[in-house]
Amino acid sequence: MKIKKLLVLLLSGMMVLSFAACGSSGGGEEEAEAAAAPEEGATLMMATTTSTEDTGLLDYLQPLFKEATGIDLQWTAVGIGEALKMGEDGQVDVVLVHAKSSEEEFVANGFGVERFPVMYNDFVVVGPAAPLEKTDDVAAFFGAVSDQQLPFVSRGDDSGTDKKEKKIWEGLGIDPAANPNYIEAGQGMGATLTMANEKEAYCLTDRGTWLKQSKDSENEYTLDIVCEGGKELLNQYGVIAVNPEKYPEVNNEAANAFIEWITSDEVQKLIGESGVEEYGQALFTPNAGTDN
Amino acid sequence: MGDWLRGVFTNPAVLSAVKVTFEMAFSSTFISAILGVAIGLWLQNHDFTGKKAVVRINRTLMGVPPVVIGLLVYLLTMRGGPLGPLSLLFTVKGMVLAQVLIITPIISGMVFSYAESAVPAIRAFAKTMGADKKQTDRLIISELRNEIYFCIITGFGRAISEVGSVMLVGGNIKGHTRTMTTMISLLKSQGIYSEGIGLGLLLLIMAFILQTLGDYVRKEQIRDENY
Repeated sequence: MKIKKLLVLLLSGMMVLSFAACGSSGGGEEEAEAAAAPEEGATLMMATTTSTEDTGLLDYLQPLFKEATGIDLQWTAVGIGEALKMGEDGQVDVVLVHAKSSEEEFVANGFGVERFPVMYNDFVVVGPAAPLEKTDDVAAFFGAVSDQQLPFVSRGDDSGTDKKEKKIWEGLGIDPAANPNYIEAGQGMGATLTMANEKEAYCLTDRGTWLKQSKDSENEYTLDIVCEGGKELLNQYGVIAVNPEKYPEVNNEAANAFIEWITSDEVQKLIGESGVEEYGQALFTPNAGTDN
Repeated sequence: MGDWLRGVFTNPAVLSAVKVTFEMAFSSTFISAILGVAIGLWLQNHDFTGKKAVVRINRTLMGVPPVVIGLLVYLLTMRGGPLGPLSLLFTVKGMVLAQVLIITPIISGMVFSYAESAVPAIRAFAKTMGADKKQTDRLIISELRNEIYFCIITGFGRAISEVGSVMLVGGNIKGHTRTMTTMISLLKSQGIYSEGIGLGLLLLIMAFILQTLGDYVRKEQIRDENY
């Protein structure tokens, strides 16, 4: 037990050191009041989930944020567990994820300052056209997959999407693992979708990643959306600044500037328009200021 | 440490990953060893036009990024690919196929360069002793056994530590194609670092035990020959 802890300590120590070495551009308490106009050339490090990167939302927002504030937004897109862990370890300034209960826990444990809702997107189930008919009845659909032991590929990586899927099964009182054709990929959304397509299996995905992947990938997708529109399938995103009281080295004013910016009416409107041109529909629905 | 180790060894997910890892590493090393040793020795013993190019290609393949081989095998075995009907994708067999493609050039390249420096002298010796072809071949393998052992061990080391190609071809499916290395990769993506380090240690310890066993077996063999 001791050895294990020591190793983790050693490793995280090395990580923190290397982070401190390369990320010395931000910080400084005397700049605290400069939140409205942070210094030119500052960087904001964000941990987020793969969905915000895979959908191209961040690529779309980054130059706009730079233009508005002069801050260079950088991000690492990982699973939700790792994103929150990076926040807990003080390696990033802000987190943008979609697992409300984990986020509230993150704030309650003092790692984050406050959670602000930003937007939502929705999940869809994709799969082969037969044997199940397209429906908006999530309970009936998942029940049928389990009853008929149909192939289903799960993320199985404890990501936000994975948590959502597990929650749906749990809510229906179904043990998905009882289905011998239920497999856990343990990989990101893109790799999981590719696997589902290869195996002609059902798969829960966020709509944005599905739209982008089925359009851009060289794979020929034989899957299509077979279940959408259910209330259980909504996916709320929140943004949280990492607590500067816990980690003084985080760039809190840049984090606050980002939160203020992304929840502003103007940017909210932009979020609601992103993807319309390319995919014919918005990938995210803004809802800052609500209590979601 | 004891509690933790017991926890690791009674965790079915870990046990399954250990099993898949060794199943994959042993079968791919076995196949690659036969192919690699045969190719290496054959290359040494045969002259033909373009041999230099073949040797150079072999050396290049010794350093090919495994993830490239992984992608290649993925494209071969995917549903619409040429090997699609064999259903190798997302199976241990598919992973072994990728591993054999990665490891065989490493073994054959090493065996070839050892053979280049040692075999001519052995051959000359065998000739003066009036050995026939079969006896000569046996003598070569017996004289080179330490080098061949080292080549195979190197191949095994690559097999057991591989992650990129195994992730692509195997798909990291829980209980089926999840190896210790892809499990570490998954644990990292979940932010569960301590278990990842634990699995890494376990992998190292097991490799160490295997090395010790290998050395022991080799020593026994050498003693048997001290008549």
